[in-house]
Amino acid sequence: MVKSSSLFFLVTPKWRTALSRIRSNQKGRGGRALLLGSVGLVFWALVFGVLFRVLRYFRGVEEIGPLLASKLLGLLLLSFLSILLLSNVITALSSFFLAKDLDLLASSPVDWLHYYLAKLGETTVHSSWMVALMAVPIFAAYGIVYEGGLLFILYVPFILAPLLIIPAVIGSAVTLTLVNVFPARRTRDILSIITIAAAGILVMMFRIVRPEQFARPEGFQSLLDFITLLRTPTSPLLPSEWATDSMMGFLLGPLDILPIVLLWSTAAGLVVIGAVLHNALYGPGFSKAQEGAEKFVKGWFWQSILQPVLKPLAVAKREFVIKDLKLFFRDATQWSQLILLGVLVIIYLFNIRALPLFRGEEVPFFLITIVSFLNLGLAGFVLAAIAARFVFPSISLEGRQMWLLRSSPLDLKALMWSKYWVGTIPLVVLALIITIFTNVLLRATPFMMAVGIVTVLLLTLAISALALGFGALFPQFDTENAAQIPTSFGGLVFMMTTVALVAGVIIIEAIPVGTYVRAAFRGEPVVFGWQMAVGFLGVIVLCGLATYLPLKIGLKRMEEFEF
Amino acid sequence: MIRLEGLTKRYGKFTAVNGIDLHVPRGELFGFLGPNGAGKTTTLRMIAGIMRPTDGKVILGGFNVLENPMEAKAKLGFIPDRPFVYEKLTGAEFLRFVAGLYHQEGDIIERRIDETLEFFELTLWKDELVESYSHGMRQKLIISSALIHRPEVIVVDEPMVGLDPKAARLLKEIFREFVDRGGTVLMSTHTLEVAEAMCDRIGIIQGGNIVACGTMDELRAQNQSGDSSLEALFLKLTGGAAVRELASVLGD
Repeated sequence: MVKSSSLFFLVTPKWRTALSRIRSNQKGRGGRALLLGSVGLVFWALVFGVLFRVLRYFRGVEEIGPLLASKLLGLLLLSFLSILLLSNVITALSSFFLAKDLDLLASSPVDWLHYYLAKLGETTVHSSWMVALMAVPIFAAYGIVYEGGLLFILYVPFILAPLLIIPAVIGSAVTLTLVNVFPARRTRDILSIITIAAAGILVMMFRIVRPEQFARPEGFQSLLDFITLLRTPTSPLLPSEWATDSMMGFLLGPLDILPIVLLWSTAAGLVVIGAVLHNALYGPGFSKAQEGAEKFVKGWFWQSILQPVLKPLAVAKREFVIKDLKLFFRDATQWSQLILLGVLVIIYLFNIRALPLFRGEEVPFFLITIVSFLNLGLAGFVLAAIAARFVFPSISLEGRQMWLLRSSPLDLKALMWSKYWVGTIPLVVLALIITIFTNVLLRATPFMMAVGIVTVLLLTLAISALALGFGALFPQFDTENAAQIPTSFGGLVFMMTTVALVAGVIIIEAIPVGTYVRAAFRGEPVVFGWQMAVGFLGVIVLCGLATYLPLKIGLKRMEEFEF
Repeated sequence: MIRLEGLTKRYGKFTAVNGIDLHVPRGELFGFLGPNGAGKTTTLRMIAGIMRPTDGKVILGGFNVLENPMEAKAKLGFIPDRPFVYEKLTGAEFLRFVAGLYHQEGDIIERRIDETLEFFELTLWKDELVESYSHGMRQKLIISSALIHRPEVIVVDEPMVGLDPKAARLLKEIFREFVDRGGTVLMSTHTLEVAEAMCDRIGIIQGGNIVACGTMDELRAQNQSGDSSLEALFLKLTGGAAVRELASVLGD
């Protein structure tokens, strides 16, 4: 009988790779690790700080306090469970069906159960590490406020582990079933659209329901109703509820063993069912995943519409623009992000509309002007986030084809030019929509409307250039997934620089806007004096430099790329 | 024409290519051989302008690749060893895009796309996304893209990998025809029979240096090897003559 490799042996390459990555990160990349670590710590501290205050407040409230703390934990764990389920479905597709080590494993005498457990472990780690990190400050706050003691530190992973395993098994099983129905690549497309649409609808529903209204005490007829509602378990059949009961039982007593048994037995039972399903369906599914998804494309739209529209451009630039647009709209993982973008814009405008500014009385002019002005900062941040997702990765995504671009007589300026405008034009349209609609909703003055439009236009040109420039300075040529590129170190540096630019623009422009507000408030005519001139000129120079320099530096860096 | 003058590439203290001098005139098919890690691919990538040399010059069709990259690259068709292409373009779209990079378009390009795809038996796949092409089909597509703008010089790294026998035969004929019409081909390969049968001259690179260069007869004369095959010459020059017994490789 052939002896099969042990489970530990199968996962050896994974942890060895992780170890050597950590080692190589330590060598000469101290600054980078320090920056990432600091940002992570600040985030942790922020989450911990907010939750600590809230829980301390709850602890001081008789009767309702513990119920509220428990409800809050239940809500957090339920969100974790939903996120984990979605991310496991996607991750399982990569680790079980598309990973590069699969051919080697499938052709080796590896026991199917070891194979399943190794891949399940990989899926769990890849899709849960972020949630696990996020859980640290949350449970730290609970542990400290409710004095969980040192034992709580050991108890949390004990409860959290089945909560991570359960969605991993379910996610893998869902993926396994889908792959047996659709080809793997088509499944990836379908999954990414479903996931993003689900996330978008969830966020939108949550915002449009306006949860802040539930905080109003007049919404409930009596305190008793409120307490009854809090005491009712939200979802007694969900593992997140069992985990909440186990945690709160430990912290507040009495400790009930049933939820713990439910958690672990469900996790174990699901792993067994998952393994049986894997044994039955993985073979045909994996074989199907090797089959290419046939996709005949005539491309008549691009040929008949875009070619004539872009005719005035030089042929290389035109072909580059058309190529970038085709690649974007043919990749479901890319264009489906536009759904989230649409949700973002709707929520943005909804929030502005929901501002309690127009409630019958005369709205103070000062307030409107300030909101309209500060809205520029918010718009700048939103644009930066979008540029990070769509413009920043564009140079990195050329990495594997750079042999072609560098060996052809393509002027890198033309490449930069195409990438810049393909990213900037949609951003400009979005920026104008946000600014104009916001100012209309706010009933801002023509002066503020003009200031808003010109500033956001200048900011967009600069943000797009910064995204492209930093994208060239910190390329991620090995990453095939565009969504992972903005979360790299370069993406972080880009976001920090852009936030600094937006802050700089707001500070400089506060001078002319302040002058305008003062004059209008006193009922004096608004004079375009030297203060205004200096302020606006400052913004133009700052944005001009933030547009020119990143493009220039990025171009120089690209000329030095070697492959 | 390709001319390399003192071409050098260093990575820190390691010298991958050590001051190579080479001239491949018009109408010549030059074979570039060497063991793994000898510096072949690095040299070809420097010629194609993808890597910058630490020192030395690359002249393509009379233009220095570093000083006049646009003019030099306009004359070049480069075929890499790994066929990475845009997965979400169709074969025809990819060829149209490459022609655009060389500032060429219009009916003549459309005609060439049809001709080349038909030549490599890819017509049926013309409107299918590259993501569903096999390795060999991608290789054929890349070879087509290197020919679409009618280059004067072709630099090709391992052209036969992944090709079926018919396509490999076609490629040999294309290169021969191309050279007979006055073109220049610099080809790196591990298939010694191909190099021996096709190449006008052969250069053997070892440790970043060209250790032998010339026609087959000149190589034999240089190494006093009688009428030995290119394989025997190659193994002698690259230290592979002391190949261990096959049994020791396959045994315990």
